[in-house]
Amino acid sequence: MSSETLSRPRTESPRVGGPGAKPKLRGQIASQAFLIIASVLWILPILFALYVALRPYSDTSKYGYVSLPHHLTLQNFKDAWTQSDMLHFFWNSVLITVPAVVIVLALAAGVAFVLVRVNVKINVALLIIFTAGNLLPQQVIITPLYRIYLKITLPHFLSDSGLMYNSIFGLIVINVSFQLGFCVFVLSNYMKSIPGEMYEAALVDGASLWTRFWRLTVPLCRPALAALATLLTTWIYNDFFWAITLMSSGDKRPVTSALANLQGQFVSNQNLIAAAAMIAAVPTLVVYLCLQRQFIAGLSLGSSKG
Amino acid sequence: MSATSQGRTPAAVSDKPEDSTSPVRRRRRRLRTMTTRDRIVVALLLGIPLLLDLAFVWFPAIGTVLLSFTKWNGVGSLHEKTCQPNMPSILNNGCWYGVQNYHQAATIYPEFWPAVRHNVIWLAVFVVIATPLGMLFAVLLDRGLRGTRIYQSLLFLPVMLSLALIGIIWEFIYSQNYGLINTVIGRNGNSNAIDWLGNPHLNLWAVLVEATWRQAGYVMILYLAGLKAVDPTLREAALMDGANPWQTFWRVIFPVMKPINIVIMVVTVIESLRAFDLVYITNKGINGLELLSVLVTSNIVGETQRVGFGSALGVVLLVISLVPISIFLYQTFRREDTP
Repeated sequence: MSSETLSRPRTESPRVGGPGAKPKLRGQIASQAFLIIASVLWILPILFALYVALRPYSDTSKYGYVSLPHHLTLQNFKDAWTQSDMLHFFWNSVLITVPAVVIVLALAAGVAFVLVRVNVKINVALLIIFTAGNLLPQQVIITPLYRIYLKITLPHFLSDSGLMYNSIFGLIVINVSFQLGFCVFVLSNYMKSIPGEMYEAALVDGASLWTRFWRLTVPLCRPALAALATLLTTWIYNDFFWAITLMSSGDKRPVTSALANLQGQFVSNQNLIAAAAMIAAVPTLVVYLCLQRQFIAGLSLGSSKG
Repeated sequence: MSATSQGRTPAAVSDKPEDSTSPVRRRRRRLRTMTTRDRIVVALLLGIPLLLDLAFVWFPAIGTVLLSFTKWNGVGSLHEKTCQPNMPSILNNGCWYGVQNYHQAATIYPEFWPAVRHNVIWLAVFVVIATPLGMLFAVLLDRGLRGTRIYQSLLFLPVMLSLALIGIIWEFIYSQNYGLINTVIGRNGNSNAIDWLGNPHLNLWAVLVEATWRQAGYVMILYLAGLKAVDPTLREAALMDGANPWQTFWRVIFPVMKPINIVIMVVTVIESLRAFDLVYITNKGINGLELLSVLVTSNIVGETQRVGFGSALGVVLLVISLVPISIFLYQTFRREDTP
């Protein structure tokens, strides 16, 4: 669609005379209407699930799910929380997400700095290796990865199974490795926008490479790092695939992949499933509500320098 | 790593070559600034992540290609002997199988072609509906109408949710007996109730609505970020020249957004190849919801492990994904090679 419009020859001169006030107003009303309808449609599934979660099972089984509420209760949330041991799964998520985000940002910042500011002859090739690695579908690498995880032994304090497979450590490693490419790409683009004069000045002051990285580059990249941290926290928390393929036992899984089990556990009570799903959504929603402005500012900063 | 191995590596700042200082002088000045300690720092900063990336992403990627030519159930070791035809499979394990896995996938594996078709449909829906819809949202939001922030937050909300969660949430919409749609159209709980997620002719489309619901918001936020970064004077200039909003967008804004357009193209294709979570949470990817990604997974984590066969399916996914990846890399890094 877009390419067709683009390839049209651009010889004809634009129409003279701006659009009048009337069509402009009509356009605004149409845009408003479209956005209102879209927003309602977009929020509807979430609100409906929330509505189901708020109603007692007796109410919905009697009147159906699409009906006016006779009772509203938080009991489903309470039951879902206690009956499924959700705290435990949340803790698993924290144990995986927090280290993974910190490590991947630290590593990616270092790589991006070297690739942008130091000539190692194969800068572009290395950047391509990192970037392309992140673009592969996970399923392309899962088969050998699964075998590798079954082969690598870990000391007991890292994995009680003694293997990379079925360990929190293993999930951190794959999340870090897989997300590295994306972060290196974004951060290297961002670092290219830092004026070279700043590095010249730092050199004149006798700053070592490490100082130029840690004291100069990293602080300047704070907006990009914050945006990436937001994205990565959401992505790693939301990860489903690595956790269900590289972990066999349900009790070690993070909350997102544990939802699949909960669905089976509460199969007779949809209201509890809805409540559990809503609880699992809370962390990402908190991130979004608190960091939305920063998130979008960071993205626009990064994309303008691409 | 590579920096230390080359003694004369100049530590040139990779500034744009248009800079006034001549590159030769620049390089000479840098040469003095790389101390041994600096080289060690470079080696560590680059080496550790590179090792991780190679060991856990690229080594498995190559491994998939190699394993796809073997027949292996994961037990015992791999060897170089060719598989013997007409031998029980227990004796024919870990052997070289040639292109037999690919041949079997294309000829006798019943799920293969449906999965390919479903992946193609998935991609088509993303290209034709989800991505343009997201772009439209972005363009409308960029006009700064009243309530823009609220619309944006609502439309972006699904992107924050995991796909597994989205699958669960939408079951309340689609459920045959109590779902929102069937209740509203009066077909719940009776014989002509529509089984949106169970009917193999319908369920792919039902799941694609869920996927579009999320993908459009994702594209929207990427595109909106790009639109915000467009120099506002461009728009003013177009307005002065008498261009209407439609012309301004397609002739002025869209062309300068080429980098973000490419990013969105790649995201669209890759996301449709990666599609997995939604169908897996819905019905484990069977009965009308087969996708290549599901077939790969079910051949390695299922009861019967067919490592070679699963790898062959993974290679199919790899080959397809290399097309958008190559385009993206070419467009992105071409400038850096030939300034």
